[in-house]
Amino acid sequence: MIELNAQTIAFAILSVLVLGGGLGVVTTRNLVHGALWLVLSLLGVAGYFVLLSAPFLAAVQVLVYIGAIAILIVFAVMLTRSMTSLGEVRNRQWWLSAITVILLFLLLAVGIILPVWGRGAPGEVTSLSATVGGAVELGEALVAGDGFVLPFEVASILLTAAMIGAIVVARDEEDEGA
Amino acid sequence: MQINLGDPNTLPWLIPAGPLLAFFLIMLISNRARLLPATDHAYGGHHPDYEGMEVPVVRGWSRVLSVIIGMAGVLLALAISLHVVSLGWGYGHHFGEEVFADATAWLDTGLSTFDMGVLVDPLTVIMLFMVPIAVLGIFIYSIGYMAHDPRQSRFFALISLFAGAMLTLVVADNLLLLFVGWEVMGLCSYLLIGFWFEKESASAAAVKAFTTTRVADVIMLLGIVYLYLETGTLSFREILYNPAVLQELATTPAIILGGSAAALISVFLIAGTIGKSAQFPLHVWLPDAMEGPTPVSAMIHAAAMVSAGIYAIIRLFPLFVAGADPHHGLFNGPLLLMALVGAGTALFAATIALAQNDVKRVLAYSTISQLGFMMAALGIGAWVAAAFHLITHAFFKALLFMASGSVIHGMEHGEHHVHEHGHHDDHDDLGDHNGHEDDHHGPFDPQDMMNMGGLQQRMPVTFITFLIGGFSLAGFPLLTAGFWSKDEILADAWLGVTHGYLPHALVFILLALAAFLTAFYTMRQLGLTFRGEPRTEAARHAGLGRGIISVTMTLPLLGLAVFAILAGFLGVPEDFPLFGALFSPEAVGGNRFHHFVIETLPHNSATEFFAAVPDMQVSAPPFMLVPVATSFIVALGGLYLGHRMYWRRPLRAGETDPLIRVLGAEVHETLRRKYYLDELYERVFVRPSFWFAHRAVDEFLDRGLIDGILHLVGRVFTWIGDLLKVLNSWLIDGVGDGIPEGIVALGLRLRHLQTGRVQQYLLYIAIAAILIGIVFAASAGAMVTAG
Amino acid sequence: MIPLWMYLLVAALLFCIGIYGVLARRNAVAILMSVELMLNAVNINLVAFWRYLAPQDMSGQAFAAFVFVIAAAEAAVGLAILLFVYRTKRSVIVEDVNLLRW
Repeated sequence: MIELNAQTIAFAILSVLVLGGGLGVVTTRNLVHGALWLVLSLLGVAGYFVLLSAPFLAAVQVLVYIGAIAILIVFAVMLTRSMTSLGEVRNRQWWLSAITVILLFLLLAVGIILPVWGRGAPGEVTSLSATVGGAVELGEALVAGDGFVLPFEVASILLTAAMIGAIVVARDEEDEGA
Repeated sequence: MQINLGDPNTLPWLIPAGPLLAFFLIMLISNRARLLPATDHAYGGHHPDYEGMEVPVVRGWSRVLSVIIGMAGVLLALAISLHVVSLGWGYGHHFGEEVFADATAWLDTGLSTFDMGVLVDPLTVIMLFMVPIAVLGIFIYSIGYMAHDPRQSRFFALISLFAGAMLTLVVADNLLLLFVGWEVMGLCSYLLIGFWFEKESASAAAVKAFTTTRVADVIMLLGIVYLYLETGTLSFREILYNPAVLQELATTPAIILGGSAAALISVFLIAGTIGKSAQFPLHVWLPDAMEGPTPVSAMIHAAAMVSAGIYAIIRLFPLFVAGADPHHGLFNGPLLLMALVGAGTALFAATIALAQNDVKRVLAYSTISQLGFMMAALGIGAWVAAAFHLITHAFFKALLFMASGSVIHGMEHGEHHVHEHGHHDDHDDLGDHNGHEDDHHGPFDPQDMMNMGGLQQRMPVTFITFLIGGFSLAGFPLLTAGFWSKDEILADAWLGVTHGYLPHALVFILLALAAFLTAFYTMRQLGLTFRGEPRTEAARHAGLGRGIISVTMTLPLLGLAVFAILAGFLGVPEDFPLFGALFSPEAVGGNRFHHFVIETLPHNSATEFFAAVPDMQVSAPPFMLVPVATSFIVALGGLYLGHRMYWRRPLRAGETDPLIRVLGAEVHETLRRKYYLDELYERVFVRPSFWFAHRAVDEFLDRGLIDGILHLVGRVFTWIGDLLKVLNSWLIDGVGDGIPEGIVALGLRLRHLQTGRVQQYLLYIAIAAILIGIVFAASAGAMVTAG
Repeated sequence: MIPLWMYLLVAALLFCIGIYGVLARRNAVAILMSVELMLNAVNINLVAFWRYLAPQDMSGQAFAAFVFVIAAAEAAVGLAILLFVYRTKRSVIVEDVNLLRW
């Protein structure tokens, strides 16, 4: 059913990276390790993007997520001394959470798989289109008048506001006098 | 409704506004009093019965402010009225075809809209001329007359309301608004007649006036309601200027008595007038109304209240003519009823006036008598003459009342003087003339003419003006207003006699007799009051004093005296020898009053119905010798007889009235007791009412029936209450307390959900999302399976 | 060719792992990281759907880009709040931050 080629192998490896990284994030005791697991998982996602013919997004994934957000998280871990406070990893409701999550996954899985293996699988895509929009089209779409220019501008305002807000919130007021 | 000061159509809205506003301002703002022990000083001697009583005494500024507000209100009304009058008079003969009118939708009854509005036509114009002037005189007079009354503010508020109501009535364009003014005046008369309500007789008189007129007003209201039922409107112009409506009213059979609807309505309305204008048999309230302050008497008798009755009938005259249509039913005589009642009352009241000794009571009965003249004139169709007499009478009767008020005031002044000094020559001012002295008027009556005499020298201005008013009342030929108006009534009556109508002959004879008696008792009053030697010490020292009080009490007399003479010359018949040419030349169109007022009723409807009833005239009667000669003879004859008996040889102290010798003691006593009518009413109406109230209502109905039912009901409800109480304690309380307690308990349990742990909340959200997702998935799956 | 449902299944699994982390970890930094996992799961979905169903229309990629933006903003503000909480309470254990309760 699924032929064994480079793509499939790559997908399998990337899936292991993504899911393994994710499991690492939610299970490790040491948060520095957790951050590294996160980087691993994000790398896997970037690989997915490459597989899905979206190299630009893959690059952005690496730059923004791994280069910025993950580093930010590492800073946070250090600034809050989280890796030293090695207490209980999970809270008291972890088992209930686990059951809930498993149920949720089953629900989603049924929703995903049933259309494919159910009766006739009408929506199954059998072949991929050869012509794919690239970075140029994405750029045009983001600034086109009938495209996403308004959300684009709003997003930039959001980023600015978040930056200012983060500075204001995180600033140490005791240091101000100095 | 938009009032435009330059527009005479909307200006009449403002005429009653001034006095009405003044009423509210005084009542709500400027009337401030405090309770003080009543002293005679505080009452200026008007009133004897306040010993040891706490009365509200207005403060000085409040008194002054109230007077100013009241005067401002009436001056405003006067200014607007005269402006409207001059505009209307300027139209001359054409006024009436076009009138000043404005209306606004007032009450939407669903089927039709009831309009409230104002109407100024020639009749209104002459009323707007007379009423504010007379009212102004009365107001000025009141400043002095009421100067020492502790309730002067209240007095000005009430007469302002009175004047406002009268003006409302005059400018009303429909019967309902007229009735409103009518009833407000009734209320004011009650309050003002009983103004000195501490006095038993005053409060009794007030009740009497109110209940007597109420009897009439209820009947009148019946008429109004019936008219509205028949026509669907109460607007004067829609009824009276509309021949179709009048025709329909005249042909519709009445619900009772078998006449036409118009006749029945007319009789109801006449009943109202009989009450308001004090005609027999409902005249009894008017003489008692003398218990009020004298300006009130002038107000009621001249300017406002009693005129309203006559005015209403003149206003609705076409309706009465329609009611007189002789072709329908047995009861076709509203006009005849008026003629008989009026003429009878005129003579009847005149005879009573002969034997009265109270100076104001004589005038009261003369008012009844003169109103009888007007009623009789209306009954024979001479409504223009009635209007004329209404105006002239208002002027000279207001004058007479205020002059008599001056006399009384002067007598009281003299009485106080006698008390204070015992003997003496000179007066001090009214303001401090009676000081601390405890004063009991006791048997002394300052209104009794037997106590007077010789006031001619003491009060010369009052004497002259009283003389002018009296002569006008007596109809002194050629010079006085009363002569011309009375003459026109007699001429109209005589014209009917020449056509051979019996009622006219009766009216003519009765009125001529009444006029003779009027002249006589006027002369008697003048003689007894002013001539000869003073018969008491009080009369010897009588006087108005000096200062502002005497001025305000004299000024209106002079002004009204002018009107009491000149008002008559407006209505001199044009074919009267010499005087006709002098006062009613062709250049001004002849008899100005007549030609002006006649336009009030449109000729189109009037002629149609006047033709149906042949004894009606719309044109002024031609000059005839008989009525004029009669006028001369009765007036001069009566005056001569009075002069002979009371003037040439004045009554001396201790003498009896020479009239007793002439008439005989029994007749005189009968007249003095007013034909025992009050006693009769007492026996027929008042005592049975009391008996009924006591026996039937109090003992049987109240205590037996109603109390019994009430006690039974009370007991039943107590029992039910006990039952409910038991029910309450377990059912209602159980439920009522249980619900909140349950809520509290639930809340105490539920609060533990609020742990403050964000992850827990998120977990709940996740579980809920899964549940919702399962529901969706199940329903989607069911749909897929089904599809 | 890899069928679409495989991507979706992986994304769903990643999403559920992220939810588990949010619900079960005590450390706030770990929770933030779990949120990043969830966002990435969404991004995988967006891009996969784009590639398989509408490769010419750039909406899918554009939305993914916006998710980056949101993620960056969320991380910045979230970590700032974390620092603030840490300064006041000397702890980043979310169970300790429970003032708003009954």
